[in-house]
Amino acid sequence: MTPQIAVFLVLAAVAVAGALNLILQRHPIHSALSLIVVMVALAGLYLLQGAEFIAAVQIIVYAGAIMVLFIFVIMLLNAGEEERENLSRLARFVGVPLGLVFLVEVAYWIARATSHMAQSSTQAVSTRELSTLLFREYVFPFELTSFLILIAILGALVLARREDSD
Amino acid sequence: MQGVLDAVGPESPGGVVVPTSYYLVLSAVLFGLGVVAFVFKRNIITIFMSIELMLNAVNLAFVAFSRALGQLQGQVFVFFVIVVAAAEAAVGLAIIIVIARNRGTLDVERVDSLKH
Repeated sequence: MTPQIAVFLVLAAVAVAGALNLILQRHPIHSALSLIVVMVALAGLYLLQGAEFIAAVQIIVYAGAIMVLFIFVIMLLNAGEEERENLSRLARFVGVPLGLVFLVEVAYWIARATSHMAQSSTQAVSTRELSTLLFREYVFPFELTSFLILIAILGALVLARREDSD
Repeated sequence: MQGVLDAVGPESPGGVVVPTSYYLVLSAVLFGLGVVAFVFKRNIITIFMSIELMLNAVNLAFVAFSRALGQLQGQVFVFFVIVVAAAEAAVGLAIIIVIARNRGTLDVERVDSLKH
């Protein structure tokens, strides 16, 4: 086992444990914190694959901005614990086994179909190449995303505004 | 980065570091857990978080394919997915605030005007 595979296994275990914890916790703030754990583990996996720009963006934007927004809203709305969900008998005895079988099957076929795909490129992708691609070929979509964010800000303001202000 | 992590394994010949299928299986597992959380959770904020989990799982598959095929387009896509997720989070959380203000609850079982 190479060190890379060991690092991968540790980070994958952390990510899956965080995702499971997101499901099992009943208070939304605990779910949010475990989702941050998942995102940090995924950032580590991006570093392992040599995508350092994506790893930095993952930490800064996802764990830093989006999740802070989530936690802010959870605290703003004073969200409490949700009631314990009791699975129906059909869900417990049919749904859960079917879901597990489906998951194992998908994992098997993915592993089998892509087993020949070793990592062909050994060199890490430099941020310089990525930015060259982004600002040459994809500059128009990049500019469009600024419009998207502008419209999202306007939409959020209009939605969250108090009704009695107008 | 090449200096840090790739130098850890000098015994990796031909660049086979971690097989791409590992990443894809992890991505599928995370996506599946996101779907499970989406279906089972009742708090609307947690449901929204499970959508983010699914987006993250897809991003992992994008980066894995980008690395396996030696093309950068996958990482550009991940960049755009993160931007769209940020915009989506802003609008979605505003909608959640409106729901909480109008209905006084965050439980999706109680937001059932279309049923009655």
